[in-house]
Amino acid sequence: MKNSIGREIPDFIPGLGKVTGFGGAFARKPVGRTVGAALSTCLPRADKRLASIETAIDAVGLKDGMTISFHHHFRNGDRILNRVVEAIAKKGIRDITLSPSSLNTVNDALIPYIEQGVITAIETSGARGKMGRFLTEGHLKKPLHIRSHGGRAQAIESGAIHIDVAFLGAPACDRYGNINGIQGQSACGSLGYAIQDAAYADQVVAITDNLMPHPLFPISIPQTQVDYIVVVDSIGDPAGIASGALRYTKDPKELLIAKYAADVMDYSGYLQQDFSMQLGSGGASMAVGRFIKTKMLERGITGSFGVGGMTGVFAEMMEEGLFKMMFDVQSFDIPAIDSIKKNSNHLEMSASYYANPHNSGAIVNNLDAVILSATEVDVDFNVNVITDSNGVIMGASGGHCDTAAGAKLTIVVAPLLRGRLPMVKDAVQTVVTPGETVDAIVTERGIAINPKRLDIIDNVKNSGLPIMSIHELKDIAYKLCGKPEAIQLSDEIVGVVEYRDGTIIDVIRRPIF
Amino acid sequence: MSKLLKLAQAGTVESSDILITLAPADAGTGIRVELVSPTMQQYGAHIRNLITKTLVDHGIEDVLVNANDRGALDCTIKARVITALQRAGE
Amino acid sequence: MEKLRRSMMFVPGNNPGMLLNAGIYGADTIILDCEDAVAITEKDSARNLVFQAISEINYGTEVAVRINHISTPFGWDDLKRILPAKPDLIRLPMCQGPDEIRQIDEFISEAEHKHKFPAGSIKMMAAVETPKGLRLAYEIASASPRMVALAIGAEDFIANLKTTRSKLGRELLAARGQLVLAAREAGIQCIDTVFSDINDEEGFKKELELIKEMGFDGKSVVNPRQVSVVHDFFAPTAKEIDHAQRVLAAYQEALEKKSGVISLNGKMIDLPIVARAERTLAYAKATAGKGGK
Repeated sequence: MKNSIGREIPDFIPGLGKVTGFGGAFARKPVGRTVGAALSTCLPRADKRLASIETAIDAVGLKDGMTISFHHHFRNGDRILNRVVEAIAKKGIRDITLSPSSLNTVNDALIPYIEQGVITAIETSGARGKMGRFLTEGHLKKPLHIRSHGGRAQAIESGAIHIDVAFLGAPACDRYGNINGIQGQSACGSLGYAIQDAAYADQVVAITDNLMPHPLFPISIPQTQVDYIVVVDSIGDPAGIASGALRYTKDPKELLIAKYAADVMDYSGYLQQDFSMQLGSGGASMAVGRFIKTKMLERGITGSFGVGGMTGVFAEMMEEGLFKMMFDVQSFDIPAIDSIKKNSNHLEMSASYYANPHNSGAIVNNLDAVILSATEVDVDFNVNVITDSNGVIMGASGGHCDTAAGAKLTIVVAPLLRGRLPMVKDAVQTVVTPGETVDAIVTERGIAINPKRLDIIDNVKNSGLPIMSIHELKDIAYKLCGKPEAIQLSDEIVGVVEYRDGTIIDVIRRPIF
Repeated sequence: MSKLLKLAQAGTVESSDILITLAPADAGTGIRVELVSPTMQQYGAHIRNLITKTLVDHGIEDVLVNANDRGALDCTIKARVITALQRAGE
Repeated sequence: MEKLRRSMMFVPGNNPGMLLNAGIYGADTIILDCEDAVAITEKDSARNLVFQAISEINYGTEVAVRINHISTPFGWDDLKRILPAKPDLIRLPMCQGPDEIRQIDEFISEAEHKHKFPAGSIKMMAAVETPKGLRLAYEIASASPRMVALAIGAEDFIANLKTTRSKLGRELLAARGQLVLAAREAGIQCIDTVFSDINDEEGFKKELELIKEMGFDGKSVVNPRQVSVVHDFFAPTAKEIDHAQRVLAAYQEALEKKSGVISLNGKMIDLPIVARAERTLAYAKATAGKGGK
């Protein structure tokens, strides 16, 4: 069948079964109830501590075919995921479904366990590096199942993902299992994705290198959800968890794109007293913050709240009084971690609060504007952030489609060319975010407004900005580069991209290299 | 000049550039292009044709071309081939 | 209104990535550089690349080429190779006298004739970088009708003066002043030297303030990030625009009434004031075209 954006999706996908095609950003109405964790009990004065990860695997009764989850708050400093899978493999357990909130290049180390059949399914936000290429080559038994952060929360709450055991790295954990992410050598700030898993997993194992006296303060994940505690030497490498302050780019092309994006936001009419916004963490999208800040100061306006993926850049604006508060699902740099520690108006939120479309209202619904990066966009304003121009998986869905759907104004920033490759094309390789939720594409050579946003088109028409149609923008790219030949694909489906509502927006077919 | 006098090189392996190496070849062996490119699927055939055509336009009949592409546009590819040719004929 | 040249941005002539993006930053003129930015062993590469870039990329703005000096082994080859691509402007570095200008002028005329370009369509400008060049600045400026601007190249000039560059720029004061006088006498534009510490935004602004006061029309820049700073500086304020509009309205009214005397709010307005108002509005228009609020 063809879904509503014209992508050919089989009704039945080997390894996944029968699937529903995407039918529009808000087309699917949820029915039924949320699921819940298995009942459990813990006797007074019981000791939740176990001697090792191996003991914990025995204690939870992990078996072939189960689903285990992890959070990715330690990013490339993570020492939990690889270590747990290694222990599982040693016990001879097979056919595991891996359900981490995302994968980083540090997880390339999992490749042998996929080859050995320890891991036969992965559902996550995306993959990069060697793992991305490995998965693109089709070595995983089932297709890689890609969900956005909001989509994953939705799937966990609706039962589409059933987590048997969550193994959660805990920067600070007390003896009865209360957890936060802001204390200890492996502090990572918000635990937004872990909060989600802890609440819905049948069993939760906290793994910590910082066991603290009970009760811990503050508490992000409560003791009521944590079954076992394992103390290890180190759960993460601080250098890999968070970089020093992420600073604005100095690349003149990215700065130009950022300035254009800030101007589009301004002329569109969304830069008003008490506005709210989210900035992606890419070079250009982050740099938009600098230009927005200048405009706010010049005009003497302040914002209401920021959402993210938080960086120190945003924290600084809040501390200067430019925003009242911030909702933080993951903290990207050390200043952001410091901020969530000390600022009571810097709030930790769960993935569901952030972006789940099937609850009674995620915070993305309150966003005025979001600035997002892209790998490629097409003339229908569809956005790809997951595969490169050769069809290789090299990115993550993240909150891209969630924030685009929620915000009143969605601006996508991208260079028009990467090397010789045009980034505005007739059709993107893989759709992650549907064009109906994207309002403006901003490149260094021109800006295209979605034709359905007549209001914005009208507002920007006398701005002096290089506004043009998306086809004109594509033509500029093709004139410089030439029209790219389509890459050759096999019929084999190596990945599916699920929209936030659980429908399939696109599939990734194995390229013929 | 239908044949090169000596080995010559032009360009760099910086992003958006192409490193062209031209090696003399025996008469009758034709123009052979060995291309490495990150955009092989999208533009590989086009780049080979462009290199060949540029050489033919300059009267070259036999040459071995090694092209290490880093995402160069047509104008860069042509300029690098012509520079290498001029250097080969010095 | 003459062509604005508030920012003339140098782009290394042998760098394909930078050549590709040279046009996107809104510089009034981009100068594709075959001289200082190119290693001596790559002069041939650069002129071939610059030729192809001008031929195939639509920059949407004035394109100049800085050639090597004609006393080096590269200058004439640069011209020979690049003129067929019809650059808008040739910039000669280290100009020492009007003869150089006349020689190049003649060479360009032949190329224009050969390639059937309109006669005089390729313009010239020259950078003065020595005391001798400065002494002959007016002769240089008036040596050819192709000449549209004089520029000063500070680094070499300062070395020639046996002094060093300072923050306040006093060492350049005499040279800058003389250059403005020569350019104005010849009726062409006058462009200041580059400011190379791109991270010193304050210093850059101070220098812009100085050269604007001195009468320069624009500045050579080395980094795209400097372009919008220059344009902001040369942009008239709202008050200046308002005043200019009222001057022109009064002038228009006087013309219609065939009145010999123009006045605004009881003040006499003479023709230089009208000319300045026109200039102000032209700058305002050029700035407004580039977005930003």
